[in-house]
Amino acid sequence: MAVLNPADALSVSGLHKSYDGNEVVAGIDFSVPPGTCFGLLGPNGAGKTTTLRCCLGLTAPDAGSIRLGGFAVPADAERARRRVGVVPQFDNLDPDFTVSENLMVFGRYFGLRRTDILARIPDLLEFAGLKGKESARIQTLSGGMKRRLTLARALVNNPDIVFLDEPTTGLDPQARHLIWDRLKQLTARGKTLILTTHFMDEAERLCDRLAILDHGHLVTEGAPRELIATHIEPQVVEVFGDDVAAWARSRNTLGERLEVAGDSAFFYCHDTAPLLAALADEPTLRYLHRAASLEDVFIKLTGRELRD
Amino acid sequence: MNSSNLYAFPRLGLSWLPVWQRNFLVWRKLAIPSVLGNLADPLIYMLGLGYGLGGLLPQVSGVSYVSFLAAGTVVASTMNAATFEALYSAFSRMHVQKTWDAILNTPLSLDHVLAGELVWAASKSLLSGLAILVVIAALGLTSSPLALWAIPVIFLTGLTFAAMGLIVCALAPSYDFFMYYFTLFITPMLLVSGVFFPADQLPSLVHVVATWLPLSHAVQLARPLLLGELPQNALGHVAALLAIAVVAFCIATVLTRRRLLK
Repeated sequence: MAVLNPADALSVSGLHKSYDGNEVVAGIDFSVPPGTCFGLLGPNGAGKTTTLRCCLGLTAPDAGSIRLGGFAVPADAERARRRVGVVPQFDNLDPDFTVSENLMVFGRYFGLRRTDILARIPDLLEFAGLKGKESARIQTLSGGMKRRLTLARALVNNPDIVFLDEPTTGLDPQARHLIWDRLKQLTARGKTLILTTHFMDEAERLCDRLAILDHGHLVTEGAPRELIATHIEPQVVEVFGDDVAAWARSRNTLGERLEVAGDSAFFYCHDTAPLLAALADEPTLRYLHRAASLEDVFIKLTGRELRD
Repeated sequence: MNSSNLYAFPRLGLSWLPVWQRNFLVWRKLAIPSVLGNLADPLIYMLGLGYGLGGLLPQVSGVSYVSFLAAGTVVASTMNAATFEALYSAFSRMHVQKTWDAILNTPLSLDHVLAGELVWAASKSLLSGLAILVVIAALGLTSSPLALWAIPVIFLTGLTFAAMGLIVCALAPSYDFFMYYFTLFITPMLLVSGVFFPADQLPSLVHVVATWLPLSHAVQLARPLLLGELPQNALGHVAALLAIAVVAFCIATVLTRRRLLK
């Protein structure tokens, strides 16, 4: 069990949580230094959301200790949450209010004064790219706009730490890139981000460090490049075509590791030259040669089978 | 609060004010239709039954039937307003719009959310009850200054029914569930609590049970006040309503914590 460092924005040690005898979080430890972006990755049901709920003091862990922003959670969770912003997975903007009213009402939950919130609203809307939308009703906003407003709402109390639970799920590429840009601006301003996502490119791009969670256990933790270097061969060749499985299995020595899924074969190699030469003789097979990515690490560590 | 203690007593204090204020701001946008909507239905019943049925009746408990019915209408519509708010509106905010989830990510706790909802539902029912009281006064059905004491009675009645409604809200899987509460509890209570006719007309067993119901206490406080008399055993009725409100709110708080803070 790790020792909690009081300087960390968030530290979690020996966290356990069960529901009806089913251990959803089975003893995890991690810590997030201030001003960094930490990613929590894992298949559906891995325990990510439960971990976040424990960290915010919304549910009591069965065992383990959590410190958030210098406060013990759940004992002192309300004080901890004064300095925290949350972008939840599902939209819970207030549909009865306009864009500005959403920020105003939310600011009041933090005990902020009306004049202070009013003074912050222009900056928040500017940051979220929602200038001119002050009086718009929530129902008239696009999915991307709602996410950005949720992000602006999470910043209304000028938090040190921001939790983001799948912030770009369901967004088009333009909207995702805009959110990424804003999240980078936040870390540049010294804020700590704690992010869950299913998008490996998002995690690779944004996170200084990340942890992969599966079946309630922390499978690995590290910087994205470091995890790729540690867990996976540097080159990947994906081969597609009919009967690719049989072809690939008969040539499994061409890569250090081979995985077959449906009509695709994945060769993980240090040296791809012999494999590419063999593929040159197979006009019916198509292939993609690329560098190993975080997604390869994720699949290797958590398997290919569906989790829903 | 330490959320590990799901069974603690609800927390006191005024931190719930922003939650109350949120609901008030939404209500303000639709205030006039809301008040008119809450006023129309009970007034139609009161005037229709009061003058229509009342024309066939000699005096009821020593006054005209419409005067008798006036106090019952005030507390019944207070009960309805508080119940609707604590059931349908609170459930929408908890389960459909996830407004409570958003609030729980701030320094406020679920106890504050529930206290805000409780006082809000009572406040909204106070407006309903008051609107009817004003109409009753305008019609000359009450003229005693004692009727002003009906105002705190209305608020207390609202608190009691809001607290009970929040229990149902905490247990509800969907909106359909609320129908049971109305058909099995609210409507029978409306008929045995002395709103439409003196409760002592009922078979004695029913009457005895009815005297324990919260609406009976409210009726027995409001009716004399509107007729310009001091209620008998006023303290007992107030204490009974308060006790039901406190116990119901404690139960609602524990049930809602169990639902949302698992």
